[in-house]
Amino acid sequence: MGQREYEVIIGMEVHAQLLTRSKMFCGCSADYVDAPPNTHVCPVCMALPGALPVINRAAVEATIRVGLALNCEIAPFSVFARKNYFYPDLPKGYQISQYELPLTYNGWVEIEGNDGQPKRVRIRRAHLEEDTGKLVHVNGYSLVDLNRAGVPLLEIVSEADMRSAEEAHRYLLKLRTILRYLGVSTADMEKGAMRCEANLSVRPRGQQTLGTKVEIKNLNSFKAVRDAITYEVKRQIAILEQGGTVEQVTLGWDEHAGRTFVQRTKEEAHDYRYFPEPDLLPLEISREWVESLRATLPELPDAKIQRFMQTYGLSRKEADIIAVEREVAEWYETAVAAYPHPREVYHWLTGEIFRYLNEANIPITAMKVTPDALAELLRLVEDGTINRNTAKSVLQEMLATGQRPRTIVDAKGLAQVSDEAALRAVVDEIIAAHPDEVRRYREGKKGLFGWFMGQVMRATRGKANPATVKKLLSERLEGDG
Amino acid sequence: MELYRLTAHEARDLLRKGEITAVELTEAVLRRIEAVEPQVRAYITVSPDTALAQAAAADQRLSAARRSGEVDTLPPLLGIPIAVKDVISTRGLRTTCGSRMLERYIPPYDATVVRRLRAQGAVIVGKTNTDEFAMGWSTENSAFGPSRNPWDITRVPGGSSGGSAAALAADEALIALGSDTGGSVRQPAAFCNLVGLRPTYGRVSRYGLVAFASSLDQIGPMAKDVLDCALLYEVIAGHDPHDSTSIAQPVEPVLPALNGDIRGVRIGVPREYFGEGIHAGVAEVVRRAIAQLESLGAHVEEITLPLTRHSIPVYYLIATAEASANLARYDGVRYGHSATATTIWEHFTRTRGEGFGPEVKRRIILGTYALSAGYYEAYYLRAQKVRTLIRREFEQAFERVDIIAGPVAPVLPWPIGWVMENPVQAYLTDLLTVSQAIAGIPALSVPAGFHEGLPVGLQLVGRPLDEVTLFRVAYALEQVTEWHRQRPTQ
Repeated sequence: MGQREYEVIIGMEVHAQLLTRSKMFCGCSADYVDAPPNTHVCPVCMALPGALPVINRAAVEATIRVGLALNCEIAPFSVFARKNYFYPDLPKGYQISQYELPLTYNGWVEIEGNDGQPKRVRIRRAHLEEDTGKLVHVNGYSLVDLNRAGVPLLEIVSEADMRSAEEAHRYLLKLRTILRYLGVSTADMEKGAMRCEANLSVRPRGQQTLGTKVEIKNLNSFKAVRDAITYEVKRQIAILEQGGTVEQVTLGWDEHAGRTFVQRTKEEAHDYRYFPEPDLLPLEISREWVESLRATLPELPDAKIQRFMQTYGLSRKEADIIAVEREVAEWYETAVAAYPHPREVYHWLTGEIFRYLNEANIPITAMKVTPDALAELLRLVEDGTINRNTAKSVLQEMLATGQRPRTIVDAKGLAQVSDEAALRAVVDEIIAAHPDEVRRYREGKKGLFGWFMGQVMRATRGKANPATVKKLLSERLEGDG
Repeated sequence: MELYRLTAHEARDLLRKGEITAVELTEAVLRRIEAVEPQVRAYITVSPDTALAQAAAADQRLSAARRSGEVDTLPPLLGIPIAVKDVISTRGLRTTCGSRMLERYIPPYDATVVRRLRAQGAVIVGKTNTDEFAMGWSTENSAFGPSRNPWDITRVPGGSSGGSAAALAADEALIALGSDTGGSVRQPAAFCNLVGLRPTYGRVSRYGLVAFASSLDQIGPMAKDVLDCALLYEVIAGHDPHDSTSIAQPVEPVLPALNGDIRGVRIGVPREYFGEGIHAGVAEVVRRAIAQLESLGAHVEEITLPLTRHSIPVYYLIATAEASANLARYDGVRYGHSATATTIWEHFTRTRGEGFGPEVKRRIILGTYALSAGYYEAYYLRAQKVRTLIRREFEQAFERVDIIAGPVAPVLPWPIGWVMENPVQAYLTDLLTVSQAIAGIPALSVPAGFHEGLPVGLQLVGRPLDEVTLFRVAYALEQVTEWHRQRPTQ
């Protein structure tokens, strides 16, 4: 019996830490990553008896800005709720979160669908809550570090609108890009600043009812998201193919073994007993407040891509590569402003410069080459001072030292030699020294032309003007001399 | 006269004149504590060393101010010995909440009210007994044993602020702080012939008050007379940025209203406050007090508050639901009792099983149930809806009257041991004090007289933020009755 076609239905829950100075409900610094354990704590985030929370306005504003960027409605009236459960990393025995009346809801983001066409993934809600502490397991003991407890956490819940692991992956990337554009989160999954859960079900294509939904928790990298979903889809299809039924469970992802495992069955599901947090008054969000926040939104990735396509003649894919990081896009635009050849700048930025950033593993903001310096380099190529090959090595030097291209060219005497008399002497020398190659070229092995070019370039340490060399070589090789 | 018998305002005047020192006053109170504590058991912790150090510091401020002729600008509670209910956090001074769970817990921070008291230069004598986590009516639920009523040491002083009430009635402090979630300041004040105020919800910061039921808890002043109660109220009331439910509006000064003039004040007397379950002797004393207010020129009329009968179920659903979450933090991980166990779940269950007493467990279970999936709508949500109705019923009543008057407790102080045998009946003794907490409105208990030698309190209930009228009326009654001057024979 041939395998039926299946459809996978995926929804995502993403948590992102917000980059506020202080924690969600107290004055402790939220910048805890390198701090010794339990040094960023106070009566509030340690849940000492009698301590009370106070809402961090900056976190609310960041959430509203995210809501606006995700095309959400902003609640005029929003309520915090207690989510009750026991765990050693949860100091109060409840997490202050939102349940009914979240800050923002009913939005969407656009991603590239399976068919290559743009598609919208609906956002059910984006709300605010607090992070838990961390457990560190040492020698059979579990130690509690509460530095992270109370760090503002944004939860973004999508509708089940994704239909493949790739779409889920692109959705996550899109969220990360938007969060970074807004400057509200590092959205760094590897460092736990962005965490992800997927819920998915599988059904034979054409079936109206949904299959049984499972939840996969703790997907801590983009790779984990793609691998876990791919694995889980295969597993469920195999069960359905054998006539079995998928169980409603909560799964974990074992990165090393490359498979999911059951964390909780349906019977073990928590009853979180949500109720409105009586220690906090409901938030009232005025239209004026929302509009003042809307005014702070940067140009968002979708708009930027459109503009780059129209203004700079880039393809969607090219524009996407540039726009994926706001800092890269800004660098690019500054460079194009200084050297108005968008394609040439694109070429150098995504070629040499990206390769360097990858190898050095640094962000573009930490790079020593300014957009203006690249523009200067490209002008040196354009006016024939140096050739493209020399430019590449000058750029390497610029990346390493931060020196201006002109300085490097002058110091190393790299300016291109276009003087025909001087180059002719070199060409003659090369031809005289390689009679065999000359003979074979003339017998028809035209491919040797490049070899001759190389010899001349080497003899001139790359400074020869390639066009001049080409002309001189042609004259000599094609001629009878 | 023995110094410990002074009221705070009497002591303030003597301190300013230099006729007594704060150290003398504190020493007198500490000696009194030593003498009567074996019978009264008002305190869980007495802190003589820190109290005397605070008194000495107060004396320095007093003598400096006397030298520069600025004594009148000194804070009113400077050098005054105060007792603090042991659910209010005091930095460096253990705060047990009457529970095994926190038997050795020493807070690293002060509650906002304590910070304000320290800024005044008040002398914190010690921490007073309370029902465990303020859950009770008599201090019988305290893990440290019950306090005794100085008017009859076989009887309870009321609760949960019974330790503060007993301390004042036995002259073991000049003023005291209590907390009131459903009557816990007013009822012990009534049982011990004291003045006690439950302020408007949000008028006094809850920061540092160990939470029982967040939407109902309020810290309240307790004192031997109305003026003292007003002085303490003025110190602790006001906005606190650390408590999001705290009210920003400025505090209206009380003292100018204490002039004995209550002509034209409209007093509503709810029929329901004198109905079934109200002890006849209590009702009679209270009616007499109301008649005295009428003779002072107040207009008295009968009103009806039919939702009163729903207030107990509403109160116990909301209070226990909130408590079930508020008490989840006692897991033995960071502080407090911590059981030895091999797994984390065993650790949690044993810590909480050993640390909490039976009434606390009962309420956590009740509240957990009320919030559970499938029951939330029927219990918690419905209770919140009735809460809104109760609030509205008061609003409507206050369109016709300025204050509402009635008894505080439907019964007289009961013999120690009764609650343990009648835990469910005990819930019903809250009948007249929970609806004001549900509505978040202020209510004050003032001595109204005695029945068979036991004190009875008059309850005055006011509009939100209108504490001033309550103090005004209570002061007028005090001026013509002087019940407050009666002391237990000891």
